[in-house]
Amino acid sequence: MPFEFVVGGVVAGILTGLVYGLMALGLSVIFGVVRIVNFAHGELMTVAMYAAALLFARFELDPFLAVLPVAAAFFVLGYALQAGLINRFITRPEHSQFMLLVAIGLIVVNALLMAFGPDARGVQVDYQLESFELGDIVVDKARLYAAGLAVLTALALIGLFRFTRTGKAIRACADNHFAARVVGLNVKRLYAITFGLGAVCVAVAGCSLTLLFDVTPSVGPQYTLLAFVIVIVGGLGSMLGALVGGVLIGVSEALAGLYISPSAKSMLSFGLLIVVLIVRPQGLFGRRR
Amino acid sequence: MTRTALLLAILGVVAVVFPWIAGPYALSVATLILYFAYTGQAWNVMMGFAGQLSLGHALYVGIGAYAAGGLYYHLGIGPWLGLPLAIAAAALVGAIIGWLAFRFGVAGVYFALLTIAFAEFTRIGFDHMAWTGGPGGMFLPVAERDHIDLVHFRGPPALYYYAMLALTAGALALCARLLDSRAGYYWRAIRENEDAAQALGVHVFRWKLLAMAISAGMTAIAGVFYAFYNNSLFPEQIFHTGRSIEIILGSVIGGVGTLFGPILGAAVLTLLSEAVTAALAALGWEVPGAKQVVYGVVLLGVVVFLPGGIWPPLARRLGIRR
Repeated sequence: MPFEFVVGGVVAGILTGLVYGLMALGLSVIFGVVRIVNFAHGELMTVAMYAAALLFARFELDPFLAVLPVAAAFFVLGYALQAGLINRFITRPEHSQFMLLVAIGLIVVNALLMAFGPDARGVQVDYQLESFELGDIVVDKARLYAAGLAVLTALALIGLFRFTRTGKAIRACADNHFAARVVGLNVKRLYAITFGLGAVCVAVAGCSLTLLFDVTPSVGPQYTLLAFVIVIVGGLGSMLGALVGGVLIGVSEALAGLYISPSAKSMLSFGLLIVVLIVRPQGLFGRRR
Repeated sequence: MTRTALLLAILGVVAVVFPWIAGPYALSVATLILYFAYTGQAWNVMMGFAGQLSLGHALYVGIGAYAAGGLYYHLGIGPWLGLPLAIAAAALVGAIIGWLAFRFGVAGVYFALLTIAFAEFTRIGFDHMAWTGGPGGMFLPVAERDHIDLVHFRGPPALYYYAMLALTAGALALCARLLDSRAGYYWRAIRENEDAAQALGVHVFRWKLLAMAISAGMTAIAGVFYAFYNNSLFPEQIFHTGRSIEIILGSVIGGVGTLFGPILGAAVLTLLSEAVTAALAALGWEVPGAKQVVYGVVLLGVVVFLPGGIWPPLARRLGIRR
């Protein structure tokens, strides 16, 4: 196999992995603060992908512009979901939380199926077929833009958590739920904001991914599993870990696709997940529990 | 206790005479209910009794199905040798996963995700193995359905119904015994507070491992049944995460940790699913996905409003202990 081909594959893997990482970042932020695993994460992202595909089909809106309205809508959606439903499940056992989110995922997948049918949808823009050439290495334009947007969004989120009052308050909730209540923080509202921010990550990642892959209603659960693999490898609750985990998975999928077989690529990811869970359950960047 | 005995007697009589009064459709639905009651009961040993959340129980169904199905398909050996092999293989795999997880302190959400990972890993692995037939599937030879061949577990639908009924009754009896045994008390101690149980001298690691092995072995029996009832095995279907969720649903809806919860939950969910199909067909509203949306909404309602499941409040009303 020519060397440039492999390098090109790795670069594409890194770029796609950054978008995966942003999706996983949403899961990680939600778990890190609310301590609930969002089992409907990939399903929510397919909603964002459909939104981008529909906005393109109806108004010829570029997915990178569709990000703005979709992200705003997803913040509201995430906020409402947490405030209306998930908040009352915080003290319930894990299997109960699991069932709640599985039920939400089931409804989302099949509502999409009812509304849009089983056919794949995507967007066609001119720059999807264009690429940059660095020497012999070819880099898709759309993929590079998507990765750039993912990094910018992640940086914005990290900045928000580090520098704003709300961000600091959310981190306080994550560190010590009880103490946060003692000092008078409205924990439930902060949880809702956190879920909203997690949903924004999902929205941005979803809109970008429509440029790289088509969407069908049934891909949701696969993205959920992908997000789990990434956050466990990177460290559930770690923001940097989610991005690094995304890149790792993106590259390993790209290499497995080149050297083994495209259909076996997720087996490598799950194998990696098993090894990480057993050897270092807190993940590469996680803190000891 | 007499009320429990009465309830069991009524249920038992109804279940035994059912094939005489039911048509083929009702019988297949009843077999499905028993299948989910049984697998839910098996899952409940791990989660309901010992407090270990497994989200990958399809793994053990698949191991059981492929162990017995493969033996029959490749060597022509019937399920009576395949059954102990299936139980042993699944119990061993369950014990290995438990050993790896508990040894390294993988617990809670992380443990649950690990069980999914193993099931998915196996699914893709089986998809790429030659002896399973890969994605193309493995088809067991189907014999005449009108005479009973117990050696190869072949016969009319009623045979499968009674086999599943016997399994469900056996699982109920086994679980009742387990709950009142030393293991049952240790498991519940671990479920409620693992550190406290450990401090009291319970060998937590060993008892959790035992719960996993028993649960996995029981689930594998359902896999053997699955192989000989459906006669076709696809890794994509049998190991799918959706199958694991189906196994869990009945127990959660019925009542985790109770004896009758998994049975009631399986009956409610299966009948609900059939009823929704029938209702949508009657309304002429057979859009793909509609059934699952209704199902999901009902599920959501039960999870939100009946956090402990349907059985506990019903049991109180009937005056039954659990």
